[in-house]
Amino acid sequence: MNASAVLARPDFEVIAGWIAPGERVLDLGCGDGSLIRYLAQTRRVRGLGVEIDPRNVLESMKNGISVIQMDLEAGLAGIGDGSFDHVVMSQSLQMVHHTEQILREMLRVGREAVVSFPNFGYSLHRQAIAAGRMPVSESLPYQWYDSPNVRFFTMADFEDLCAQRGIEIMERRGFDGGRLVTEDPNLNASEAVYRLTRAGR
Amino acid sequence: MQPLDNTTADVTAVGAVEPRRAHFARPLELKSGAVIPAYDLVYETYGELNAARSNAVLVCHALSGSHHVAGHYADNPKNVGWWDNIVGPGRPLDTDRFFVIGVNNLGGCHGSTGPSAINPATGKPWGADFPVVTVEDWVQAQARLADHLGIDSFAAVIGGSLGGMQALQWTVTYPARIRHALVIAAAPKLTAQNIAFNDVARQAILTDPDFHGGHFYEHGTAPRRGLRLARMLGHITYLGDDQMAEKFGRVLRAGSFQFSYDVEFEIESYLRYQGDKFAAYFDANTYLLMTKALDYFDPAHHRNGDLVAALAPATASFLVVSFTTDWRFHPGRSREIVNALIGAEKNVSYAEIDCKYGHDSFLIDDPHYHAIVRAYMENVAP
Repeated sequence: MNASAVLARPDFEVIAGWIAPGERVLDLGCGDGSLIRYLAQTRRVRGLGVEIDPRNVLESMKNGISVIQMDLEAGLAGIGDGSFDHVVMSQSLQMVHHTEQILREMLRVGREAVVSFPNFGYSLHRQAIAAGRMPVSESLPYQWYDSPNVRFFTMADFEDLCAQRGIEIMERRGFDGGRLVTEDPNLNASEAVYRLTRAGR
Repeated sequence: MQPLDNTTADVTAVGAVEPRRAHFARPLELKSGAVIPAYDLVYETYGELNAARSNAVLVCHALSGSHHVAGHYADNPKNVGWWDNIVGPGRPLDTDRFFVIGVNNLGGCHGSTGPSAINPATGKPWGADFPVVTVEDWVQAQARLADHLGIDSFAAVIGGSLGGMQALQWTVTYPARIRHALVIAAAPKLTAQNIAFNDVARQAILTDPDFHGGHFYEHGTAPRRGLRLARMLGHITYLGDDQMAEKFGRVLRAGSFQFSYDVEFEIESYLRYQGDKFAAYFDANTYLLMTKALDYFDPAHHRNGDLVAALAPATASFLVVSFTTDWRFHPGRSREIVNALIGAEKNVSYAEIDCKYGHDSFLIDDPHYHAIVRAYMENVAP
């Protein structure tokens, strides 16, 4: 995916920091497998990618990554509870229709989940909307008519959903152009990364 | 540059090949408890075994396949191996890197010991006395062939359909002797529907008056009508529904209804031709035996159906491939294998190929399918 390639660095590093060496990691929407390759190199994880696009399945395999072709819209049926330490979804959550289902599934098959997504609430996006235009930016690089994104949400929206659905936010990071954002990330971050677990664990 | 003389160009990438025969004098105890005192296996090899003897790839055949996987015979250039499109120099199973082996399974009818071979105890063909063999038995016999060739461990074992089941069985029977398994268009066990199709095929053979309880050889005949029907039925299940509609539709040979029971629709002509062709060379007892091996295959049987537990001993990495239009072993069946391998914490990759040729897609030279196998094999150390 173009978006994850452009924004690969900041969320890769954050995700690596949240994953212990040797863990089992499932990467949903793994693209060409570069995150798993990065995690294998930096954290020696045992990784498995999931992709629906046959070209990405092939690219992952060329990169020596274990990858299974599967439609995330159907959930993760057949994958056993707790099969993975971490389930990662980097720059893909906004491309899935069944948002709640996939979050539930991630925390069923994994002990923890990590998601990263473009923040619709980013100041430049707000300015575009205020000017009467759909935002097009580094983190939302598509025109409205060719975007693979099907869900548009802000960090604040996402946090509301987590609170309503018993998902505990362990950590979060906001980035703008690769730089960490500390002040009001819902306004100042173009990209968000969350570390999640089931509340009450 | 054009070759000066087309007749000198090799008809296959591998070139001319010759089958070889290995004799095994040590008795083989089968899963059924029966013992085969001695047997022959016919095999072919392509490429060179490296000095470390580490680059061997075993190709397992399906119901009607044989050891003749690739290449052609010098005296019969039209007899091209059944999976020639995937094996050869520069092909997905690259014989410049790997030493590829094809073997006719025990019970087969292409030269290995089977029902049509002579039983040394009686001096007559084994016929119905040939014991029922299973996928586990084949894997055991294949391992002895590996011993014979000085191969401790296979870089990969690959097969489609029933061949894929053998590759899967290898990983649990001899985990230390296989590093990669390519399980293509397979299933972890047959469904009731699959078994039903097999039994109709068997009934067609068993009720043919020329079957003679399996001892038809001594009557100088063969149950060709039954075998023909079995093949016609099987063939329907190997093809994609859309492919059949596209290729034959409702096209009539004479252009209009003849109100008779002769061949009218093109599909009838095709199936009868396929049935006749098959019945002319394939052994009916081998067909019976192969379908039973399919029916019995179920690595989770002794684990109360727990496939995760059954696959636990495996140490190999896996590539599982299915085809969207395969309704005999549909993609969901491959996903059962994939899910169990994930549960058992094995390395597994899975591709679902959009190909219109149904179950037989695994034999087709589909660019994406071959690219997947190639990409996987490029990461297999020779």
